[in-house]
Amino acid sequence: MTIPRILEVRQGLLKKNDAIAATLRTQYQTAGTFVVNLVSSPGTGKTLFLERTLAALRDRGYRPAALVGDLETDNDALRLARSGAPVRQINTHGICHLEADMIERHLVGWNLTDFDFLFIENVGNLVCTSSYDLGEHLRVVLLAVTEGEDKPLKYPTLFNTADVGLITKADLAAVCEFDPLIAERNIHAVRPGLPLLTVSAKTGLGMAAWFDFLVAHRHQHNTARSEGCRESRVHCQP
Amino acid sequence: MHELSLANRLVQLAEATATEAGAQRVIAVTLRVGDLSGVALDALRFAYDVAAAGTRLEGSRLELRRVGVRVFCNPCQREVELLSVQNFRCPLCGTPSGDVRAGRELEIESLEVE
Ligand SMILES: Nc1nc2c(ncn2[C@@H]2O[C@H](COP(=O)(O)OP(=O)(O)OP(=O)(O)O)[C@@H](O)[C@H]2O)c(=O)[nH]1
Ligand SMILES: [Mg+2]
Ligand SMILES: [Zn+2]
Repeated sequence: MTIPRILEVRQGLLKKNDAIAATLRTQYQTAGTFVVNLVSSPGTGKTLFLERTLAALRDRGYRPAALVGDLETDNDALRLARSGAPVRQINTHGICHLEADMIERHLVGWNLTDFDFLFIENVGNLVCTSSYDLGEHLRVVLLAVTEGEDKPLKYPTLFNTADVGLITKADLAAVCEFDPLIAERNIHAVRPGLPLLTVSAKTGLGMAAWFDFLVAHRHQHNTARSEGCRESRVHCQP
Repeated sequence: MHELSLANRLVQLAEATATEAGAQRVIAVTLRVGDLSGVALDALRFAYDVAAAGTRLEGSRLELRRVGVRVFCNPCQREVELLSVQNFRCPLCGTPSGDVRAGRELEIESLEVE
């Protein structure tokens, strides 16, 4: 019989994901591709918003592409492909979030230098998606006016790890009696200073400001590229 | 349910570490879980027993060590622990801060083996 003893470990459970994400980040950097990860609960309008975004960027002369995570179907990928941009579906087979290795596998055969922007539509999920770094430059969290104002307080982690927040389906704000000031207060309670944009992909409201925001961030990022890549935000080891 | 995949990952890591150290059995696992890690503790406990079944972790204890959220407060020039994850303000001076220094952890701290 051996004597019980303690082994010091200090190993992060997401270490493997974070390592792949770091590799991806380097690839994006080298190719000059600006990568955006869209996270939210199911049905906040990610696909419609992305459809409009891909089309508008192409009109402006940019070369966007998209990866879309879905639990079972390829509906969203078909919708996004209508924009004419290259689109690939990631069927997660029931896994409720995207992980960095899924992104890595689905980029095979694509030449990142062909893309100015790569959008990743994550699986609609307010919890798990926040834990997995995909190497993205910008994490966008969507809050639809139909969800009410208190989602950010119920799911602080997702909002806290975002780089920008979008209030979506703004055309429905009045009928939903959505109070934008309360929503903003709640978002800023869990993530002080988060930049917020209000949009409706349906009516086009606020979309021009979003395109300008994107293009400005990509530009800012590309000029800062020589300064080296950003550290992973999630689950970093002390 | 990402707690199950996390639990599987935990068991894999713990088994590898135990094997490397020449241990027969894992008696307990101490896991540090930040309040901002996005992990539901009850779901993780449940998933742990499922994942541990049939491995050298079977029947072991899972000790969860919660890590509160700490941010850096500029006016106070120090790290402070938040009173709530729903209120990212310095408890000393009330200034909002999103400069997170702790609370995202999800890591195995130690194993008790024999
Ligand atoms: N009124 C209104 N409806 C919208 C808007 N954007 C999306 N919708 C509708 O909301 C529903 C869900 O939109 P999607 O774009 O599929 O949402 P999603 O977030 O991609 O959904 P999942 O991928 O299933 O999580 C659809 O019926 C859309 O037509 C909007 O700006 N205004
Ligand atoms: Mg969708
Ligand atoms: Zn302070």
